Amino acid sequence: MATPQRTPFKQFWRRFKGNRPAIAGGLIVLSVFVIALFAPVLSPYDPATIDVEKILTGPTQAHPLGTDELGRDILSRMIWGSRISLMVGFVAVGISILIGILIGAVAGYHGGWIDDVLMQFVDIMLSIPTFFLILAVIALVEPSIWNIMIVIGVTSWMGVARLVRGQFLALNEMDYVTAARALGAKDGRMIFFHILPNAMSPVYVSAVLGVAGAILIESSLSFLGLGVQPPTPSWGSIITGGKDTIEIAWWISLFPGLAILFTVLGYNLLGEGLQDALNPRLKD
Amino acid sequence: MIEDAQDRGMDAGILARSDAARDEPAETALLSVKNLKKYFPVRDGLFGQKNLWVHAVDGVSFELQKGEILGLVGESGCGKSTTGRLILRLLDPTSGEIRFMNENILKADARRMRALRREMQIIFQDPYASLNPRMTIGATLEEPLIIHRIGAREERRARVRQLLEKVGLDPDGVNRYPHEFSGGQRQRIGVARALVLNPKLIVADEPVSSLDVSIQAQVINLLEDIQEEYALSMIFIAHDLNMVRHISDRVAVMYLGRIVESAPAPDLYRRPLHPYTEALLAAIPIADPKTKRKRMLLEGDLPSPVNLPPGCRFYSRCQKRIPDCLKEDPPLVQIHPGHWAACILAA
Repeated sequence: MATPQRTPFKQFWRRFKGNRPAIAGGLIVLSVFVIALFAPVLSPYDPATIDVEKILTGPTQAHPLGTDELGRDILSRMIWGSRISLMVGFVAVGISILIGILIGAVAGYHGGWIDDVLMQFVDIMLSIPTFFLILAVIALVEPSIWNIMIVIGVTSWMGVARLVRGQFLALNEMDYVTAARALGAKDGRMIFFHILPNAMSPVYVSAVLGVAGAILIESSLSFLGLGVQPPTPSWGSIITGGKDTIEIAWWISLFPGLAILFTVLGYNLLGEGLQDALNPRLKD
Repeated sequence: MIEDAQDRGMDAGILARSDAARDEPAETALLSVKNLKKYFPVRDGLFGQKNLWVHAVDGVSFELQKGEILGLVGESGCGKSTTGRLILRLLDPTSGEIRFMNENILKADARRMRALRREMQIIFQDPYASLNPRMTIGATLEEPLIIHRIGAREERRARVRQLLEKVGLDPDGVNRYPHEFSGGQRQRIGVARALVLNPKLIVADEPVSSLDVSIQAQVINLLEDIQEEYALSMIFIAHDLNMVRHISDRVAVMYLGRIVESAPAPDLYRRPLHPYTEALLAAIPIADPKTKRKRMLLEGDLPSPVNLPPGCRFYSRCQKRIPDCLKEDPPLVQIHPGHWAACILAA
């Protein structure tokens, strides 16, 4: 009688593992994680140590990616900078997902005028060019890493809110949700046991793609000098440090630029792979 | 939004048209439904105007006795599922009265309604959509007991295992997930869930329509056994008269939001009074190829439940129609004892 059906996870894995770009993206994401985690072990020099004898040396055996205008090792600074990127990516996305789920869930579950008001608010937020809003806010508050993460988080939750709202509207019509209602379940149980757990898969995708976006925004802010403040190394600020000497020391800006490029690419590939594997019907 | 629609509906005087409600003593009935209506707004325009209504359920009245199985039959879109959901108050009706155990459940507040839900349950059509894919079978079946704070954990678990056995499944399946079961097995789990709280009323919303024919009989038999054992009352919704013939004590045929004929099952199949019932019966295949019978084909689709035609709502598809049929929408009247029909030709 028992039918051999795959578990949802096995189904997901079967679809995911055949997707080479996604696997590559996953490997990039994983290696950035490892690098950030083991930064103290992996980095050959202290990222803040100034060495006046080695100012603006190109890639050599001692400094594989060269040094900057203060003689600091670019590789070491990039390795430590990966921590900033990851932290900003994850904390900012964490904040945006929490806000997005909360607003989306309230709108989708309650419906009616609350839904109307919240979705109007989402539309208003979406109509504001986020990056300029962030710039404006950062100009007013102290540009610390925590402020940056919070500002990115509170300006990027709208997509998640819409996703979650849509999921709630759709799942609210599912028979198993109706069944729970027919059993007399209260709102909390309906939301946390029956709707939310089944609403999460597009949110995961959105989160992974969101990390890429947050890393980009942080890098842009740091490039503009509004992000993580020196001497803390961040990929964006290393690029800035090299922009005045780019004609004689191209390596300062190039390598952190490539790091941003590949990390963002990695998260995007991974996110799209998750999308295809989790929601195969959306593929076309 | 539902309350909103309801208010506006009343204001617009849409409910002015009413039918003669049947007045019968309601004291013995477990469930008594009077003149139940549910209109859905169709146009919710830019400025929120709602001026068109789908008359999904348009004046349904019936009674259900203790231990009785009522077969509720009709084409898709006739309002039978909506009726089922209204009875369980999963939807709020536009107007009408639902008395369950002599209590008007439409007046019950949220707390009282939760208590009442212990006594009424639902079985769904699609066993693939009716179980939460992220909950084990054990958790799904234990949940009703947790919601209503019944028993200690061990007692609840024992009850779940006992129920799984009752519906013919391995009690050791409690730790498995819905996707590990077949459609028929899942439907048994759905039946078990409806039974956990020992309800008095079960609304079975096309419980076998999406199952293989070979499994259909198994599930119907299971429902019958359970109904007998627990003296349950059941509303068995189906789109095919053949399916409810065996199980129903009484059958009500719905057409465009209204019951057009209602009779004890043997009576209805032996001498249908409404042309629509006749047409449905004529559509049931007979195993003997030599049997000759008059063919009564239903032509066309249901008229739009938004703009109901004047007169009898079956007029456009009726093979026996006469000009008088257009004069008024015939009320459901008792033709023989217990046999009701809404057709001027039957009266």
